[in-house]
Amino acid sequence: MAKLFAVTIILIAIGSAIPIVMHMWPMPADISLNGHLIDEQYADTMMEAGLAFLSSQILLAIFIWKFSHPKPDAKVKYFPGGARVLVIAGFLLVGTEVVALGVFGAKAWGMAYFTPPAADAIPIQVQAQQFAFYFRYPGPDGKFGPIHPNLIDDAEGNYFGLDTTNDQDSKDDIVTAEIAVPVNREVHLFMHSRDLGHSFYVPELRVHQDFVPGLDLTIHFTATKIGRYEIVCTQLCGLGHYAMTAYLDVKSQEDYETWLKQQAALQ
Amino acid sequence: MHEVSAHAAHGAPTSFIRKYIFSLDHKVIGKQYYALALVAVFVGMFLSWLMRLHLGFANYAIPGLHLLSKTGAPGNVMTPEYYLQLMTMHGTIMVFFVLTTAPFAAFGNFFLPIQVGAEDMPFPHFNMMSFWVTFVAFLVLISSFFVGDGPTLAGWTQYAPLSAVGSVAGPGQGLGEILWASSIAIFCVGQLLGSLNFITTTLDMRTKGMSLMRMPLTSWAWFITSLMGLTAFAVLMPACILLILDHVAGTSFFIASNLVISGQLLHHSGGSTLLWQHLFWFFGHPEVYIAIVPGMGIVSHVLITNMRRPLLSHRVIIACMTSIGVLSYMVYGHHMFVSGMNPASSLAFSFPTLIITIPATIIVLIWIGSLYGSKLRINAASLFALGFISMFISGGVSGFFLAQPSIDIMLHATYFVVGHFHLVMAVAAIFGIFAGTYFWFPKMTGHMMNETLGKLHFWLTFVGAYCIFMPFHYLGIAANVRRYQAFTDPYLIPLIPVHKFITVAALATGAAQFIFLYNLVHSRFWGAAAPDNPWEGTSLEWSTATPPPHNNFGDKMPVVYHDPYEYNIEGASSEYVMQTSPEQYTNPHEEK
Repeated sequence: MAKLFAVTIILIAIGSAIPIVMHMWPMPADISLNGHLIDEQYADTMMEAGLAFLSSQILLAIFIWKFSHPKPDAKVKYFPGGARVLVIAGFLLVGTEVVALGVFGAKAWGMAYFTPPAADAIPIQVQAQQFAFYFRYPGPDGKFGPIHPNLIDDAEGNYFGLDTTNDQDSKDDIVTAEIAVPVNREVHLFMHSRDLGHSFYVPELRVHQDFVPGLDLTIHFTATKIGRYEIVCTQLCGLGHYAMTAYLDVKSQEDYETWLKQQAALQ
Repeated sequence: MHEVSAHAAHGAPTSFIRKYIFSLDHKVIGKQYYALALVAVFVGMFLSWLMRLHLGFANYAIPGLHLLSKTGAPGNVMTPEYYLQLMTMHGTIMVFFVLTTAPFAAFGNFFLPIQVGAEDMPFPHFNMMSFWVTFVAFLVLISSFFVGDGPTLAGWTQYAPLSAVGSVAGPGQGLGEILWASSIAIFCVGQLLGSLNFITTTLDMRTKGMSLMRMPLTSWAWFITSLMGLTAFAVLMPACILLILDHVAGTSFFIASNLVISGQLLHHSGGSTLLWQHLFWFFGHPEVYIAIVPGMGIVSHVLITNMRRPLLSHRVIIACMTSIGVLSYMVYGHHMFVSGMNPASSLAFSFPTLIITIPATIIVLIWIGSLYGSKLRINAASLFALGFISMFISGGVSGFFLAQPSIDIMLHATYFVVGHFHLVMAVAAIFGIFAGTYFWFPKMTGHMMNETLGKLHFWLTFVGAYCIFMPFHYLGIAANVRRYQAFTDPYLIPLIPVHKFITVAALATGAAQFIFLYNLVHSRFWGAAAPDNPWEGTSLEWSTATPPPHNNFGDKMPVVYHDPYEYNIEGASSEYVMQTSPEQYTNPHEEK
């Protein structure tokens, strides 16, 4: 039975690795300027974690195979070098891996969070609410008008609570149900939740950030490939959480400008 | 270390109620915890079956489901909110009432006093309260199925403000939510009382000769776990009380200003959404180790007995488990990388998270290295202990990904996380519980379990668990978001066949657990009589009668002369030497 167990462990280990190696269910393709840093970090980690996984499972299996049916008079043997060797190996192997992953991984994180957006990045606000995203472009004045929570009225289409009568900055704001951005232009996204915790996750864009009620955050990104990509909520926000979705439309500069004009006309 | 006789011992009870219900005996309390965990695990597993049927086969009508909830399952088809309610209850029941109670409170209660040579725990009334308070917490939680609009749907992590604003946020967020927070606050009281007893037992109740380093690794694991429990539950309990106050007293601890929910402008102001996450995960990450460290102890204990040799280093294992306990408080922020917490904090939490893999890896290397040259006995207990190691490795390596904030951008809140924590803390911990059960059942009940059924149970569970939880990682890599009741997004639809496979595997693996249940119940009443030391172990639980008498050791308290694991020592008169044996010899492998 021990030998069967050892073989099973090895088969499971190899079987588990096959879908990864064969890319049977791959990560969505990257369409962002800095996403390759995350992908490279992921690939390095997969290599190191994969080797650790396979080697330790196989070693476990070999020792189970070899030492499970000893002769009655067999003597117990000690691993060469004893615990000292294993402790040193643990520190060196994992310690090196930890330092390498930690240091190199910080670069990808830093590009996303420690680098400020370019001065000409396009400002767009996204508001999350049960169970939809709405977007706001500041219009020609480049300023977002203030939000008045008491004016929010979904039936009237005033999702943000704007006072377009009295607030000068709100008058040219453009509110949309999906976000369009020009390709290869940086976007500075201002994130606002009007009710609960939500999240803004676009796998292809390598962007993932929670909305925090009471704490407006910003992120920035540059999409490099024209297309329509799904935005999904990943922060449990109630019964319609699974259906909380919107689309990111990456357009050419010309198409983007045309679209924005059309949206302005619809306000 | 004190003379045990100096402690006030309670006499053997005579009435049924004091003997079996409100018992002060740590062994009965341990069994009560085990029974509670057993009920809880089958409830939790049943909920997971319902969830998996719903996920694998969209809009599948589950016969009889409307009997559980008319509004949650009209026409026997689960509503989106009912799915989330079942998911929340599954997570809560499993984490609190199974993974915390069984390896720590159940086995720890029964065996810690015996392994250190004590007559009982120092505060038997606290111990009895600990169980009954936990039992009440379970009833309070379960009651939420039957009142108002059902249990909370906010997930076992109960993120604010969804958990704090009341029924305006959705079904179950009113009374169901208050019941959840009350249940967990009560649960915390029980665990605090238990932890106090465990710590005092370890420090103050050890018998003559039982130095700290002579304690078995299980006792060390329970001791370290109780220290973690004392600090972690002491934070979660007030957090739950603050959450209840936000509901009933108009406070705003976790609710920010100017929130508009379901068209209503809330009158709360000034609270912090992230405060809940910090308080919860300050408890939540040590909780992961509260679930798994006792398993590490049990696996070490079971393996050593079945390898017929001590681990390569007793002290290194203790040092590593202690390091894990200390580091567990410095890593909790890795649950919050994309939460809106300062991005610099994410890096600060990332490094300890990566570093905690060093003691965990060393423990695994010591286990594997100790197999080398051993005389391994294969039985149901040792199979589950070895299965634990395999699961712990598989679940552990995915931690390398989630420890890095940059990769977490892709994997956070996906099924990758679900696969990771189920393997490393849930399945591994449950394998530890199974190993402990097959190993200690004879001592606890006086009967042997059926080995053939035990091995069959192992095979089905080992292969089944991998079939369920390994594909979760593939789904996560493909960006399959967790906590969705249906996969309607275009990019998720190609992944549905994987969900179907997981559902079938979950149903089959769950069904295999009834073999265990049958074996447990049948053996309890009709199993062969167990000898005092069926596995030829050396620690104190094997030097007393089976089952142990009321005061554990009869007329004479044990005196300890040896380390806990003296197997195959050259110069000793037998293959194994009990801790209580006065035989003198020199152990060439003794750690100095």
